[in-house]
Amino acid sequence: MNTTRTDDCQGIRKSGVLSKEELENCKGMPSEERLKRGPIAVIECSEEIPCNPCEANCPRDAIDIGGVITAPPHLLEQKCVGCGLCISRCPGLAITVVDLTGERSDKVSLPYEFCPLPEVGEIVHAMNRTGKIVCDAEVLTVKNEERNDRTAIVTLLVPNGYGMEVRFFARSGRRRN
Amino acid sequence: MRHGRTRSVDSDILVVGAGPAGLAAAIEASEHGATVSIVDENARPGGQLLKQTHRFFGSERHQAGTRGIDIGSRLVATARDRNVDLILDTPVIGIFNGLVVAVNDNRHFLSTRPRRIILATGAAENAISFPGWSLPGVITAGAAQTFVNVHRIRVGENIVVVGSGNVGLIVAYQLMQAGSNVVAIVEAMGQVGGWGVHAAKIRRMGIPILTRHTITEAAGDTHVEQITVHEVDDRLNRLPGSEKALEADTVCLAVGMSPRSHLAEMADCAFTDVPELGGTIPIHNAIMQTSIRSIYCAGDVSGVEEASTAIEEGRLAGLGAAFSLDLVESDLYERRAAICMKALDDLRSGPFGQQRKTGKDAVLREYDEYYKNR
Amino acid sequence: MTAAFDKRITDHPILGPLDTTEQCTIFVDSKPLIARLGEPILAALMANDIWITRFTKKLGAPRGLFCGIGLCNDCLVFVDGLGCVRSCVTAVEEDMSIETRTNEKRRF
Repeated sequence: MNTTRTDDCQGIRKSGVLSKEELENCKGMPSEERLKRGPIAVIECSEEIPCNPCEANCPRDAIDIGGVITAPPHLLEQKCVGCGLCISRCPGLAITVVDLTGERSDKVSLPYEFCPLPEVGEIVHAMNRTGKIVCDAEVLTVKNEERNDRTAIVTLLVPNGYGMEVRFFARSGRRRN
Repeated sequence: MRHGRTRSVDSDILVVGAGPAGLAAAIEASEHGATVSIVDENARPGGQLLKQTHRFFGSERHQAGTRGIDIGSRLVATARDRNVDLILDTPVIGIFNGLVVAVNDNRHFLSTRPRRIILATGAAENAISFPGWSLPGVITAGAAQTFVNVHRIRVGENIVVVGSGNVGLIVAYQLMQAGSNVVAIVEAMGQVGGWGVHAAKIRRMGIPILTRHTITEAAGDTHVEQITVHEVDDRLNRLPGSEKALEADTVCLAVGMSPRSHLAEMADCAFTDVPELGGTIPIHNAIMQTSIRSIYCAGDVSGVEEASTAIEEGRLAGLGAAFSLDLVESDLYERRAAICMKALDDLRSGPFGQQRKTGKDAVLREYDEYYKNR
Repeated sequence: MTAAFDKRITDHPILGPLDTTEQCTIFVDSKPLIARLGEPILAALMANDIWITRFTKKLGAPRGLFCGIGLCNDCLVFVDGLGCVRSCVTAVEEDMSIETRTNEKRRF
C-alpha cells in the first residue's frame, strides 16, 4: 500500500516523513555545492533524542553533536569523505551516503537489514521517503561486513536526480541484461 | 497438586527479575561484595532484552549502537562471572512481611528472608478492547516480539499495528524483518507518537501511518480475517462514514505498558499515580529505595521508560542496597551514584524525555513528602 | 493466512539461521507433530497452523495467543490430562499429550 498522502508535507511529527523544509533545515544535510564534489554522508536526523554513536564512530570527526547528546548531528561536510562507516552505526538507520557526481547516474548507499540480501546486478524498485516507487535502480554492491554487525550496506545506481530521493527499495525479480 | 521440598536461598540481596534492571543491580551489588541471588519466572534471563534485535540509542556508556540482544547476553555473562546466583523458571508469588516465596519449576517452594530486596519486575502491556478483540490473531506487541524474536514464529501474514509510539514503530519494523507484511500502523492521535527516525524507517518501506484512526472491529470466524478502522476527531470521537476495511489476519496492540507492581503492593510499599510513567509507581528516592527501607525498585516497575534507564536504575538500586549493608565506602558511593544519576539525566533530556523527567521528579517529591509526615 | 506462508522463521537478518536439529514429537489432539525441543507449546502449535488453544466456557469463543508472556491465561491447554497449562510459557517435552479446543473446567 504505497501512498503519497498530502499530510506528508506536514513533516516528521505528523507523518513520519521529513518535509522539504525540514530536510533543508536539517543539520545533517550537505550543501548543494558539497554534493557536487563527491561522495558525502546525508544524516536525516533532526529531532532531539539522546544518541551519539555517529559522532563517536566517525574516523574523521566529521559529525558533531557535542556534550549534550540530544543535539541533532551536525555534518561537517568539509571533513566528510563519504566513507560510509556511519551508515551502520546509526541506531535509527537515518544515514545514507550519496554520490551525485556521475554523468548519468547517482549512487545511493543505504542500510539494509532484511534477508535474503539482494544480489549485485539485480534491478530493484527504488523508493522515496514515503515508500513510493520512483524509479528502477541497479544493485552495484552489497556489503555485509562483520564489523557492521548485520547491517548490510547496499549501493544502488539510480538515474541522475534521484540520489536525494531514493532511500529504500523493493525486490522486483529482475536482473540487469 | 504435587508439593515439593522447600528450597532455601541465603543471599544478602534478592533481586526479583533478570531483565536489564535486575541484572545491572545484581552486578553492581556483587561488585561491592554482596552475595546476590536473582529470581526470574522465565526459562532464560534477559527480560525484554531477549527480544530487542535493534540497536540501542544513547551514548557509549549506554552501549549505544549495540543490539539489545547482545547487551542482554553481556549482562548475563557478567552476572554469572560475578557469581550471581541465577534462579530461573521461578516466579515470586508473594512477599509476606519480608519473607519472599517463589515456586521453582512448578514444583518446589523457595522461600527466603533476604536482608535486602530489589524489585525489578518490569511492566506488562496494556490492551484496548473493541468488538473481536478476543479473537485469535489479536495480540500485544510484546507477544509479537516474543514469538518472532525469541521463539522464531511468524505471528501473522498481514498485520495491523495499533499505536505509533516507539514500541509500535519498532515492532512493525521487526515484523517486516521476520517476513510478515505490516499493512498499516494506526494511531489515534493526530501525530506520530515515537521518534522520527523510527517512523521514517517505516514510511520509506511503504507502510502507511494512519494518524487520527483507531480500530472499529476485528472480524472473523475463529481467527481475525478483516479489520475495520475509522477516523476520529481531537476528542477521539468517531467520524461517521469514515470506516475503512483493511485486509489483515493479525492485530498488534502497542498501546502502552503498566508497571507490574503486585509484589511491591504485597510488601506494603507506598504508591503514587504518575500517568507519564505508566500508572501506579512505588514511591522511591534517588537511590531507588522504596518507602520500605529494605526494599528497592528499578526499571519499568519504577516507571515505564527503556532498557538504558533500567540499567542505570538497577545500578543505583544495587549500589544503594550494598551501601546500606555497609559494603561501600562513602566516597565511592557518592561518586558512583552521581555518575548513574547524570547518565539518567542525559537519557531523560530533550523533548521526548521531558515527561518522564517530570514524572520521576514527582515520584521523588512524593517520597520526601511521605517521610516528612512521619 | 495463505497455506504456503511458513510460520517458522528459518532465516532472519539479525538472528541468523534457525537451528532445527533438536526436535521432539508431541501429540496434539491425538495427532503427532514435530516440535523444536525447548520451545513453548504454543510456538509448536502455531508452527503447525494451530491457532486456537481453547474455547471459553460461557460463549464458546475461540482463544489463542494474546500476551505471550504467561499473564493473560488466554492460551490455556490441557497437558497430559492436567488443565490450566499456559501454553505460551510451558516448554514442549518428548511424547507430551496436549488437548486444545476444549471448553471444559480445569481438572487435576
